[in-house]
Amino acid sequence: MKSIILQTATRYLLPMLLLFSFFLLFRGHNSPGGGFVGGLVASAAYALYSIAFGVEEAKKLLRIEPVYLIATGLMLALFSGMIAFFSFDTFMTAKWSDLNFPLFGKLGTPLLFDLGVYIVVIGITLKILFTISEEVKP
Amino acid sequence: MTTFDIELLVLLPILLPLSFAILMLFAWKNLQFQRIINVVAGSTGFIVAIILFSTIYVNGIQVVAIGGWKVPFGIVLVADNFSAIMILMSGLMGFAVAFYSIVTVDTANEQHFYYPLLQILLMGVNGAFLTGDMFNLYVWFEVMLISSFVLLALGGKQEQLEGAVKYVTLNLVSSMIFLSAVGILYGMTGTLNMADLAVKVKLVENQGLVTVVAMMFLVSFGIKSAVFPLFSWLPASYHTPPVAVSALFAGLLTKVGVYTMYRVFTLIFDINNEFIGTVILIIAGFTMVTGVLGAAAQNDFRRILSFHIVSQVGYMVMALGLMTAFSFAAGIFYIVYHIVTKTNLFFISGIVERIKGTYNLDTLGGLFKKYPSVSLLFLISAFTLSGIPPFAGFWAKFTVALAGFRIEQYLIVGVSLFVGLLTLYSMTKIWNYAFWQDEKQESEVEREFYKISINRKYLLYSPSIFMTVVILLLSFFAGSAFDFAVLTGEQLANPQYYINAVLGVR
Repeated sequence: MKSIILQTATRYLLPMLLLFSFFLLFRGHNSPGGGFVGGLVASAAYALYSIAFGVEEAKKLLRIEPVYLIATGLMLALFSGMIAFFSFDTFMTAKWSDLNFPLFGKLGTPLLFDLGVYIVVIGITLKILFTISEEVKP
Repeated sequence: MTTFDIELLVLLPILLPLSFAILMLFAWKNLQFQRIINVVAGSTGFIVAIILFSTIYVNGIQVVAIGGWKVPFGIVLVADNFSAIMILMSGLMGFAVAFYSIVTVDTANEQHFYYPLLQILLMGVNGAFLTGDMFNLYVWFEVMLISSFVLLALGGKQEQLEGAVKYVTLNLVSSMIFLSAVGILYGMTGTLNMADLAVKVKLVENQGLVTVVAMMFLVSFGIKSAVFPLFSWLPASYHTPPVAVSALFAGLLTKVGVYTMYRVFTLIFDINNEFIGTVILIIAGFTMVTGVLGAAAQNDFRRILSFHIVSQVGYMVMALGLMTAFSFAAGIFYIVYHIVTKTNLFFISGIVERIKGTYNLDTLGGLFKKYPSVSLLFLISAFTLSGIPPFAGFWAKFTVALAGFRIEQYLIVGVSLFVGLLTLYSMTKIWNYAFWQDEKQESEVEREFYKISINRKYLLYSPSIFMTVVILLLSFFAGSAFDFAVLTGEQLANPQYYINAVLGVR
């Protein structure tokens, strides 16, 4: 099914949704939001794109195989916990930089962890989506 | 060792499998690389488990407060004797299964993330053994269950999906009950830290509600460890997946349920509570009997073994229900011996399947004549399982029975001895049909088996030989193993050690 209305709308919605997902990710530390819901919104953007243009197009847009996203996300999350080892603290002890960035506020390992979650969620959701929308090959 | 080293050591059983799983995911197309990494992961996991075990043995209970949060508020990992034993067993299993998987798992399954899932499963199991926080325990259960769902359904055959549906449904029900119980417990006490709970549950005014929560935990862990009458998912699903997965599940997964049962009913709820003890004993009796009767009716190698898991879980739960330090020790020894033996029996069933192409006892036969070494491996494990001296199974059953005699619970001891006899019956049945009786005809699969290179054959046998050696060690050094189990039993019977270790930190 190709709908010109959906396709046109999707071209505008995709960047909006992705931006919104980043917004959710960054405000997640102590307000509602976070990596998980942000990742869901981002993968919803790709899901919308795959409905409008087909799965093959969505795969092309993503460029990278979702499994690598899962691996990268897990690695980031694990690494964010291990940063504390460098200063001989327990696993997952939060480390904050002293710099205050505009828009983000202070950066620290919890954000890195959330970013990892964000990427894992995108990876898994899209892997599921791409797998079940593939046609069964006889 | 500094505190940092020990903390790292306690974390490693969780961090290592995760790191290796990530590595495998990055190389998800390269199966050869994944196999090698899996063997490396299994070996390092085993080594770390041994080091952790000896450290705990020397230095006592170790506590790690994750993220540096103060103790009753944050999540803690606690490694006491019992955890250390269980981590050692899971390390052993990971090691043996890593080698066993190489030969027995199909390429199609390997392509569908078999190896990363195996590591994630081990991470979940280790996490459940180490955690000292009720909600965190729930999370580890989920990690473990979700990877086990996928492993169980890998291959997508009809009977697998049928088994998987039962497994998933019942285990989700169990998780739901578990979560509700955790919620109620939190509502009553305002804490989720197990040591803190142990202190605060005794102060709750409404002790009736505490018993209700205890029963909810019993039902939930009962489903996970397959006790009567909640075991139906186990015989329906354990004989369907690739045999390496069967072996791992048979050895470890139900034991996680038993482990948490031991942990919760010794630590959080009062072990002198007559009511809980009696309920557990009744459940144990029925579990033993139904499991072994179910096995007697089966005609499939793996199905017989699956039903036996149920009956053996009955013994472990019985040891818990007796509620003395000695019975806990006997139960722990039983768990250890059962993990090794049952896994080995599943390994052997896989070897037999590899040779003959079937698990069905009616079509098997003639293995003793052609494969005396495989028969010997089976014989040792079967003798151990049915409790024939001098093998470990005898010491395990003997000590459990002795624990019962000491507090004059003659009925349940009688049941357990009778069940032991029936266990011998089903082992004889497998022996008679698969090994002893004459071969009917040489199958196509067997001719294929002759062509397999000798190295691959060794690779197929070696995990089973390794496990048999462990069984023999456990049999002939039962004394020293049991001494450690007694120490652990003392620790479980006196939760004050655990509580002091956790709440005294920082």
